[in-house]
Amino acid sequence: MVRRAGKEKMRQILMDNIRNFSIIAHIDHGKSTLADRLIQYTGVCTDRNFQEQILDNMDIERERGITIKSQAVALPYRAKNGQDYTLNLIDTPGHVDFSYEVSRSLASCEGVLLLIDAAQGVQAQTLANLYMAMEHNLEIIPVINKIDLPSADLPRVLKQIETELGLDPEGHLACSAKEGTGIEEVLEAIVQRIPPPGGYRDASLSALIFDAHYDAFRGTIIHCRIFDGSVKAGDVIRFLSNSAAYKVEEVGHFLLSRQKRDRLTAGEVGYIIAGLKTISDVRTGDTITLDARPCTTTLPGFKEVKPVVFASVYPIASDDYEDLAVSLEKYKLNDASFIYEKDSSAALGQGFRCGFLGLLHLEVVQERLEREYDLSIILSVPSVRYRFTLKDGTVIEVDNPTHYPDPASIVLSEEPYIRSSMMMPERYLGSVMKLCMEKRGINSSLHYPSPSRAELTYEMPLSEILFDFYDRFKSVTQGYGSFDYDLTDYRPGNLVLLDILVNGEKVDALSQIVHRDRARARGLQACERLKEEIPRQLFKIAIQGAVGGEIISRTTISPFRKDVTAKCYGGDITRKRKLLEKQKKGKKRMKMIGAVSIPQSAFLAVLKSDSS
Amino acid sequence: MELPDWNPGPPGLYIHVPFCRSKCGYCSFYSVDTLHDLPSFLEDLPKEMSLYEAQFEPFDTLYIGGGTPSLIKTDDLKILFEAIDQAFPFCGNREVTIEVNPSDVDLAYLDALRSLGVNRLNIGVQSFNDRILSFLGRRHNAVDAYAAVTAALAAGFDNIGIDLIYGIPGQELSQWIDTLNRALSLNIAHLSCYQLTLEKGIPLREHLEKSGALLPSERLQREFFLETSDRLESAGYIHYEVSNFAKGEHRASRHNIKYWNHTPYLGLGPSAHSYTAGKRWWNSRSVRGYMDRIGVGVIPVESSETLTLEQLRLEALFLGLRTRWGIHLPDFSSRFKCDLLEEKREALDKLTGDGFLTIDREFLRPTRAGMAVADGIASFLFI
Ligand SMILES: Nc1nc2c(ncn2[C@@H]2O[C@H](COP(=O)(O)OP(=O)(O)OP(=O)(O)O)[C@@H](O)[C@H]2O)c(=O)[nH]1
Ligand code: SF4
Ligand SMILES: [Mg+2]
Repeated sequence: MVRRAGKEKMRQILMDNIRNFSIIAHIDHGKSTLADRLIQYTGVCTDRNFQEQILDNMDIERERGITIKSQAVALPYRAKNGQDYTLNLIDTPGHVDFSYEVSRSLASCEGVLLLIDAAQGVQAQTLANLYMAMEHNLEIIPVINKIDLPSADLPRVLKQIETELGLDPEGHLACSAKEGTGIEEVLEAIVQRIPPPGGYRDASLSALIFDAHYDAFRGTIIHCRIFDGSVKAGDVIRFLSNSAAYKVEEVGHFLLSRQKRDRLTAGEVGYIIAGLKTISDVRTGDTITLDARPCTTTLPGFKEVKPVVFASVYPIASDDYEDLAVSLEKYKLNDASFIYEKDSSAALGQGFRCGFLGLLHLEVVQERLEREYDLSIILSVPSVRYRFTLKDGTVIEVDNPTHYPDPASIVLSEEPYIRSSMMMPERYLGSVMKLCMEKRGINSSLHYPSPSRAELTYEMPLSEILFDFYDRFKSVTQGYGSFDYDLTDYRPGNLVLLDILVNGEKVDALSQIVHRDRARARGLQACERLKEEIPRQLFKIAIQGAVGGEIISRTTISPFRKDVTAKCYGGDITRKRKLLEKQKKGKKRMKMIGAVSIPQSAFLAVLKSDSS
Repeated sequence: MELPDWNPGPPGLYIHVPFCRSKCGYCSFYSVDTLHDLPSFLEDLPKEMSLYEAQFEPFDTLYIGGGTPSLIKTDDLKILFEAIDQAFPFCGNREVTIEVNPSDVDLAYLDALRSLGVNRLNIGVQSFNDRILSFLGRRHNAVDAYAAVTAALAAGFDNIGIDLIYGIPGQELSQWIDTLNRALSLNIAHLSCYQLTLEKGIPLREHLEKSGALLPSERLQREFFLETSDRLESAGYIHYEVSNFAKGEHRASRHNIKYWNHTPYLGLGPSAHSYTAGKRWWNSRSVRGYMDRIGVGVIPVESSETLTLEQLRLEALFLGLRTRWGIHLPDFSSRFKCDLLEEKREALDKLTGDGFLTIDREFLRPTRAGMAVADGIASFLFI
């Protein structure tokens, strides 16, 4: 990617000894494991400090075994030609909910390793990520991974590379990231095939913010790619979007930790620390330049995120509202795909309405907020964005069930539809079709990219995907299916508001907008899930589902009537007290609705069809 | 932190004798099933006593529990009592309790206990049903149990208590009532009726888990509990704590009450717990560990905790709610600067309205149904 720096006539330099590349793939195809091998091969990490998927350094990534954040690391490499190179690797997530991470990483690269699992072959995100790389005009190196697996089928994958990806299979590499075979070939290919970054070193600074994070000691730390010019400590930088100016304190590269450098120059990827205390000044996608010698053009930045799932977040203790507000601001720095605005609920008080790229994204945000900011929060039942045309002709979009308009005023209700694309071994076709039909899927089409693999597409309401689709898809395809979707359009649907009452009190955060035909079933399911999630208490708890004031489902949670322990003498008292203290901690994660404590988990559980 | 000014009365002394002839399947007390170390343990006890000299006010109760204290020969008991009297001052009119196993005691032994000044006997009967006794892994049978109680009466004990267990897998209410009736016919001063609880890792629990046998449902457990309370109260016993019944308030265990109202107590022997003025500590849960430390003149304490005011308040709450007396509101508010009636008004209204608690002059008392859920009430109020 070569950019012209205004009319300035300058020598374009090629940073011959730098390569910027991302590893992209479908989920679980081995990106982070390959990154491990590259890190070890180039000696960035001693064996003693090594741990598997070393770049997955958030607790939540390690627990779930998936990558959530893109992570950059600079690898020093002496190639077979005797030259020394710096290979800037970015490991990216594979899950579709985090594709915004991938797209931003690609803006810093000249090439990608497109990983394909030798047993699973091309999957939905293999294609989606490939297209993104193509949009950025990047060099694409297909790498078949997991060739050690007994079920690896190289000829089949090669064919897929040619027919499904439209790439020349001649250029493929094959490796086992797990066993460390083929790693040197990968490194050599990076050096030989991915072009070095270009740019005008002497031009005015033009750098793209592709990520950032908040550090309690240093303030906001910017992650950026320098396209032209250079930046060093002492320079005054300016953000083009808002003209805020700051003095640079430190610049550097990402190794496994931050490594301070004298300067960052065109073609390089690194960080800038500039005493940034006003969090909102920094925006991902913004262009940074020098105050003294500003560049004239803004870098293209990133596509705007389009959240598809919405939910409100509330602090469990209303005193923590301010804390939550500050934490969200800091959190957003490090998650550009997250958006939020103020909101309030009758049952849960002041909070924020948030937009997410999917349900997994939503779960991750919730967990990260709790872990990284030590918050206790409640999330309302997630919703998609509906559209209502009212009698007076106005069209409103509603992503929050509490804003559901007066039914008498609605002339048209519409809901978002998706075109979903599912790939799976043929033997699962029947059960997947059944699931899709149950989810109001229509206009299906089927084709066979290769003899034993089926690609099925369906048009479905997005809301059906929220409601317990992924888990069931996974289970009917025994984990061999992949799923991807695009939003297509809005279509009319007969929608109603389903309210949930706990001991007669409406809990607005549990309300859902649902299709009328589904209302009764969903009401029943919500009652059942809540019955499972809400612990028995001293008093009877009545749970009801209602549509327009009419009760359509109900259940009760019977109280416990005997819980006292038989013995409580000298040695038992401390233990008993600790137990109660633990319960109290647990209750901190519950919301009191009247005298009933509702656990945080209940709000998401109503979207599940059974407890599995 | 300033400790609350709370001194409900003279402290109690507890001695844990961690030896049994065999281990009962349900037991989670600390004891070993070999008597090998008993003699040296008896030599070590006085050494442990000497580590505490002059640290406590005069005691007014002595409780020798275990384990199986009745494994100690009368001569050795005599030496032990002399050592106790030498080490610690006592108030007059002290309550001296010893726990005995029905298969260990005969009239001569019981006579000897009387002459040593033991005035309260707690007999580990558990059941009057031989099948249940063997299921529990007890070494005595129902006849031994009767014989022990009869001998105790003959020896002149007027303050006799027995332990019973209910809620055994497969047990029906009628069978438990039969055991209760037999206990009532003995017309003794004190009954402890414990619902069978099996802690993690306990042999009987693992055995039951493997065989798929189930403890009674919560509904049945509640029925056992309420029925026991009802029957014993009708027969003139006061249900003064979740599992304890006494013929008149003066027959309640003065020693055990100390555990429930933060009265100081000193516990000697392995695994024994002690408490005074907001501090609790406990001895090593190992005979060897205990003796090793005594051997080198170090107190055998394994760990300790200093309770915050909030922790003390929580304890006062859940302990108080276990007892018939309940919580004395003026005391509670002066100890913890917490006016329950004021701060928890809504919760208390609900709890009294639903029949779990009563407010009786200055006391917040659990009803029978409330006692059955004392833990739940404590957590409801605490949170
Ligand atoms: N047999 C075999 N397993 C591999 C290989 N590479 C990775 N794996 C395994 O595949 C699983 C997923 O590996 P990751 O490296 O976390 O995959 P990823 O592509 O980074 O996954 P996401 O970041 O979640 O998209 C792990 O259990 C790895 O051990 C390989 O070459 N052979
Ligand atoms: S006799 Fe008592 S202390 Fe000993 S094992 Fe049996 S129940 Fe436990
Ligand atoms: Mg990964």
